[in-house]
Formats: sequence, C-alpha cells, structure tokens
Amino acid sequence: MSTLLEVRGLVKRFGGLVATDHLNLDVRSGEIHALIGPNGAGKTTVINQLFGDFAPDEGDITFDGASLLGLPTPARVQRGLGRTFQITRLLPDFTALEHLLLAVQAHQGHCFRFFRPARSDPRLLSPAREALARVDLADRADIKVSALSHGERKELELAIALALHPKLLLLDEPMAGLGASETEGMVRLLESLRGEVTMLLVEHDMDAVFALADRITVLVYGKAIASGTSDEIQANPEVKIAYLGEGDA
Amino acid sequence: MTRQNVSIVLIVVLGALLLAVPALAAALGNPALVGLATRVLIYAIAAASLNLVLGYGGMVSFGHAAFLGVGGYVVGILFHHFRFSEPLFGVIAGSDQLLVVLPAAVLITGILAAGIGALALRTSGVQFIMITLAFAQMLYFFFIALKTYGGDDGLVIRRRSALFDLDMRDDRTFFYVVLGFAVTFFAIYATVIRSRFGLLLGAIRQNESRVAAVGIAPYRYKLAAFVISGMGAGLAGALLANYQRFVSPDMLHWTKSGELMMMVILGGAGTLFGPLFGAAALISLETYLTQWTERWMLILGPVLILIVLFMRGGIAGLIDQLLRRLK
Repeated sequence: MSTLLEVRGLVKRFGGLVATDHLNLDVRSGEIHALIGPNGAGKTTVINQLFGDFAPDEGDITFDGASLLGLPTPARVQRGLGRTFQITRLLPDFTALEHLLLAVQAHQGHCFRFFRPARSDPRLLSPAREALARVDLADRADIKVSALSHGERKELELAIALALHPKLLLLDEPMAGLGASETEGMVRLLESLRGEVTMLLVEHDMDAVFALADRITVLVYGKAIASGTSDEIQANPEVKIAYLGEGDA
Repeated sequence: MTRQNVSIVLIVVLGALLLAVPALAAALGNPALVGLATRVLIYAIAAASLNLVLGYGGMVSFGHAAFLGVGGYVVGILFHHFRFSEPLFGVIAGSDQLLVVLPAAVLITGILAAGIGALALRTSGVQFIMITLAFAQMLYFFFIALKTYGGDDGLVIRRRSALFDLDMRDDRTFFYVVLGFAVTFFAIYATVIRSRFGLLLGAIRQNESRVAAVGIAPYRYKLAAFVISGMGAGLAGALLANYQRFVSPDMLHWTKSGELMMMVILGGAGTLFGPLFGAAALISLETYLTQWTERWMLILGPVLILIVLFMRGGIAGLIDQLLRRLK
C-alpha cells in the first residue's frame, strides 16, 4: 500500500510547552489509522496542524505526494483532506440539508452563481440527500441544527465531510459524548467506509479503536512512543504503562 | 400559512399599496405623501444593499453612506459638466440622461466598494466597523474640501435627469420611475439571496471556519457581496440626488450610515423586506415626529431600543408572525 500522508519531524511549541515533539507518522492509502494517547497528549494539535489551523515550528507534512506546509485550510480541503471536529462546528441557522447543499456546491466549485435558486437545484439536492441518507439523517433533513441531538450533529459533520469526497478523513473524537447505541452506530458507519476513504482517527473509546483501526500510533506528551497493529499495541509494555494502565486504573 | 404563501401575500399587498400611492395621496388631499413614498423606496434600496452584507453576510459596515453619497455626487458632477458644457478632466462629457448617470453611479460606487472592501475585509468585527467608518469619513471630508463642486455647501442639480420624454419634474411620474427601479432591484436582490452565492453568504455569517473546512476561502465571496452592496447603495444615492435635486457632503456623513443601519435593524436584519419596512418606519416617524417636536430622536431612540430588545426579527419578523397566525 502506498503512503498517503507522511509526517516527518513535526514540532509545535506553545511557549515552553512542546505540544508536538518530533513526530513521525505514516498513513497508508485505504487504512484506518488511529491516533491515541492520554488527555493532553497533543492529538488534536496534530490534527490542527494537518488541517492548517496553525503552522508547525519544524518538520514537514506530505500529502498525496506534495507538501501541505504553508497552504491555508481551504486549499488543503481542495487537495482532498476532510475533517470532523471534536466540538462540532455547524451553522445554527441552517437545516441539516442546507449544510449538505453548501458542502456539495463547495465540492462542485460553483459558488459564484447568482441567479438559479440553490435550495431547489437538483444538481445540489440529490447528492446532498444521498450524503444525508448515508449517515441515516434523511428524515431529519429539514431540522435546524439547534434542534438536532448531539449524536445527530456528529453524524451531520461526518456527512458534510463525506460530501466533499476526501482522500483522507481526519476524525477528531467522533464518538465523544455519544451513548452506547450511538457509538455502535458510528462504529458501523465508519466500518462501512473502510476502503472507500482513508481515515486518521483520534478517539478515546478503546473498544471502538480496536474494532476499527488497522494500525495505531500512540502519542504521549507530543511524542509517538509506539506504532503498530492493535495486537502489537496491546502487547507493548511501554504503552501499557504510559496509557492503558493509567486508563484502566 | 406557509413561508412561501406569506411571501406571496406580502408581495401582492405591498405592490398594490405602492401602485396606489399617488391616487391615495390625491384622495387624502396630501400630495406630500408621494414624496415621502419616493424617499422610502430610495432608502429601501440603500438599506437592502446594506442588509446584504450586514444581515446576510454578517459584515457590519458602518460606512455605507459613502456609497450613497458618491452615487449622488456622480449624478451631480455629471450634470454640472453637462450644464457648463465642459468635459470632466477634459475628456468625459457631462450628462443629464438618467440611463447614463445611473449606470455611471453604479459602476463608480462598485469600483469604490472593491477598493474599500479589499482593504477592510482583511479585518473583521470591531476593526471592520472602524475601517469602513474611517473610509466613509475620509470621503466626507474629501467632498467638503472639493470646492469645485460646492464644498460643504453641496451642489445643486437644476433639473432631474431625463428619461425618454417623461416629465420628471412631476413628482408622481418620478415616483413611478423610482418604483420601477426599486422593483427591479428587489427582484435581483431576492434572487441573489436564494442563489448558491446567497447560501454561501449565510454560511459565512454563521461560521467562517466551517466554510473553510468545506474548502472555500471566504474572502473573495465577502468582497463580491460588498461590491454588490456598494453598487446598490450607489444606485440609491443617484436616485436620491435626482429626487432632492441636490447633493452635499451630508449624504456621506457617518450619521447617514447610522440611519441606514437603523433601518436594517428596525425592519429586520437578514430578511428580504425588512429594509423596506425599516425605511418606511424610520422616514415616516422622522417626517411626522419633526412636525410635532424638534427632539424627535428622543422618541425614536426608545422605540428602537424596544424593538431590538423584544422583536428579534424586527418589523419583518412581526409581520411574518402575524401572517402565519392567519389561516
């Protein structure tokens, strides 16, 4: 399998704190790669640097054969990077469907259209409804985001990201705050996307991680202390001390 | 009633009412009503233009009087050169033709808005408010210093611009001409709001980082909205100069920007007809309260505070609620 995302020697400092410490990370095409670590390990900081929210101090990020350094977020999205947020970033006045219309028109690249009504345009509506159906929100299309449940918002974020047909999807704690049955649903949903889209998954729910991940990288204080398959990671004594032991105690 | 029905009822009622204004004024023996309605329509165009950036796009421009004033000055200056038959800069001939001066005003305010917007939109929030205000005040003082065109005395336009063979001196004829422009303007404005561009603009207002996360850099879309908005305000300014046959730096003063903002908020920011209602309310209140007391702002102030506190959708929101209750 070819490498889709290659992170080399990534460093990010916030004042005296080293949030990302010479991190190397490879995500192969087609895999689900989990990034785990205790609270404050700098997982979201890594995602933010990949997505262009802030620039790393050192190191390089190569995606699909080209460096992402210096590119603003929209340019990275256009190159095939998608993302869901840990704390959902949605538009309170918009319905679920309107979010998808926006995503579809962004993907089609036609936003300087001033005359044809957007909300009744079949070229926007049918892909938008398809994306909603994919995450089981078809019957919630006309509900405003403020009236959606937390779990539905997480699903909506995923639908928006999928509507952009990303090559690599960055999932920042997609299960956070979900109930047991919602978590099961999300795991099933991500499982159904395996092979279709490559994923870098940041998640605290270990059952979900072990069920989904092809490979796992463990992050502690911004450093990758181990990388391997589920079995390798579960057997790694260093990981047990630094992370799993602490979590189980 | 559904939202769509509400809009249709509103359009029919408003259209009938506006068409009947001159007849109504005659029947009531109050010819000044025609002039009042003309001013309402002109300010509605300006306020709706501001609403596109303020209400839909979330860009609080405190300098839209600049576009209103510059639109007016284009008409005034072109007429000035027409009257004295000396071309502007020795090349541009003056004109008194409405179909020349209006497009000229729209074009020039569009270019101006592109310049101001390109710089101002690099900021947001309070800085954006202050920069737009600063640009407008700069232009205000520029026109005060421009002695060739009257300085702070302003510039008198002896005759309204000509349109075909219409008698533009007649206030009723002029009212219908303005109504024609207002209807065309509102049709375009409604279409733009419902388009892909309008959808994106609404998203930009709510969360720019969400927009970036779907792969769209908001800047050029905000700039496009700002330019369209400036052109609309320029059109209103050109009509206003024609209506009052006079332009002065007062049209660019920051209090004028404030008035436009009040119209948008009073009428309902981010609603289609809100600016029209806001313009109607503010201008009528101003006209009738000034007949009664010089300190009309003393009454208008509390009214505005009450509306902002208790009616979140402004007048448009109130009408919407009332119509929905009707079966």
